[in-house]
Amino acid sequence: MKEMNELLRLAEIEGVIGDSQTASLFIDNNKVLSSSGVEGLELKLKEQKDGVDISVRVLPGVVIRKPVHFCFGILHKSRVQKINMDITLEKGAVMNVFSHCIFPKKDPSRHLMEGKINIKEGATFRYFEKHIHSETGSSKVYPHAKVKIGKGARFKTDFELIGGRVGLIDIDYDLYCDADSSSEFLSKISGRGRDIINVRERAILSGENAKAVLRSRIAARDETKAEVLNKITAKAAGSFGHVDCTEILQGRGKVKAYPEVEVLHPLARVTHEASLGGVDNRQLETLMARGLSNLEAEELIIRGILS
Amino acid sequence: MEIVAGKIYALVGPNGAGKSTLAYVLMGLDGYREITGDIKLDGKSIKKLSVSQRAKLGLTLAWQEPARFQGLRVEDFLRASSDKDETRIAEALEMVGLKPEKYLGRAVDKTLSGGERKRIELASIICMRPRVVVLDEPDSGVDVEALKKVFEVMEHLKRQGTAVIVITHSMQILRKTERAFLLCEGKIIDESGGEDVAEYFRKRCLVCQHKNKPEGERRTNI
Repeated sequence: MKEMNELLRLAEIEGVIGDSQTASLFIDNNKVLSSSGVEGLELKLKEQKDGVDISVRVLPGVVIRKPVHFCFGILHKSRVQKINMDITLEKGAVMNVFSHCIFPKKDPSRHLMEGKINIKEGATFRYFEKHIHSETGSSKVYPHAKVKIGKGARFKTDFELIGGRVGLIDIDYDLYCDADSSSEFLSKISGRGRDIINVRERAILSGENAKAVLRSRIAARDETKAEVLNKITAKAAGSFGHVDCTEILQGRGKVKAYPEVEVLHPLARVTHEASLGGVDNRQLETLMARGLSNLEAEELIIRGILS
Repeated sequence: MEIVAGKIYALVGPNGAGKSTLAYVLMGLDGYREITGDIKLDGKSIKKLSVSQRAKLGLTLAWQEPARFQGLRVEDFLRASSDKDETRIAEALEMVGLKPEKYLGRAVDKTLSGGERKRIELASIICMRPRVVVLDEPDSGVDVEALKKVFEVMEHLKRQGTAVIVITHSMQILRKTERAFLLCEGKIIDESGGEDVAEYFRKRCLVCQHKNKPEGERRTNI
């Protein structure tokens, strides 16, 4: 109960959970603290030695009205947490998930997420993942997933790590996009100290008229090292992809971006844009001309980029 | 140039005369700080002050092509100018003809039209309540309705005691000013009432009569 309350408090979702319409799952280390489902959603859990296997299935045509809440925490010393997540949205199903990953302790911790997501024909899945880390930079997190987006299906995910220190983050997502599907991936990460940020997002548009947008917004302060690889391969007629990467560097860190685009059909199109470097001088001077200090102006600009 | 509180001035001149450069020098922008002469506010030199320090004294600039900010909401942009006075934000937007409920949550990015961005720039000036403001071509790229708002904002700023310096090519704006400076090749060649300078500018400068060589062109003894 103590752990549960701490997770609720840190995720700032006290009062959200508890009604019969809201499905939720709370895990601390390898222990399932609480779980609740709703009609049309099947939730299977298996505790392992160092993590939990999770299977989520939304039945055909079922629309989960209220967002489902996942909360993964490591509230104890020097722990590894492996989450094997298998999510299936059957044909025409709709689900939104708010996922909080909470690593508040100063002791080293590792969180490994291996996701297998299958969004079947006409289904819609929105996944918002917010990380809350300690200020020590001692967390290492590895969110990895393979996502299959079926015909006419929609997938949208926002990944946010703005509060606390990153430590090390290694995002690795593969999207396989079928005909008429649409996918959006946005990662917003703010690093400080000696944080390390690695983002790899790949989308293969194999179906006609499939669309994918991969966006990254990274702030690298102090000695943070950030590396972003966004790759889109468009194989079918009418498929469209866009890669958009913004990395702001403050201090003595290093930022790299590798937007890679590949088109294998004459009627497909992929575009990309990348902006790396310090804060734009013109933007800075605009805000400073309104009375903000250099530092305040930089913070506001970065906050905007990560918003 | 001598600028007095609560008056509207125009800075006119052909392209390349140095109007925007003068504005950047006044504001102390990067690359425009190594100057001869001096800039004084209330008799004290501000030449060595940073952009922020000058702004804190009440000097500001509205750019001809205002910067765009990825993700930064209009509300936060205006709040940065408002000295924490929240009431000013919505009022300022209304004053430039933008509905707060429609614009506060929007980003100050490329999704705004040029005219909308310029109105928001003016709104941020209203929020700031500066003592001296340079408006760099506030009329360029705006429609007739927005131009009316530009005039209203100029009058509003004047009423609250702000010295307004407008860089413009517009005779319409020039005629609304009380004093005008005509700049050519980095030199002020005329200072007079807005109407007089408008006439001279129209006849001699719109099609340059002396190929931007202002020597001997000074019309009045200033």
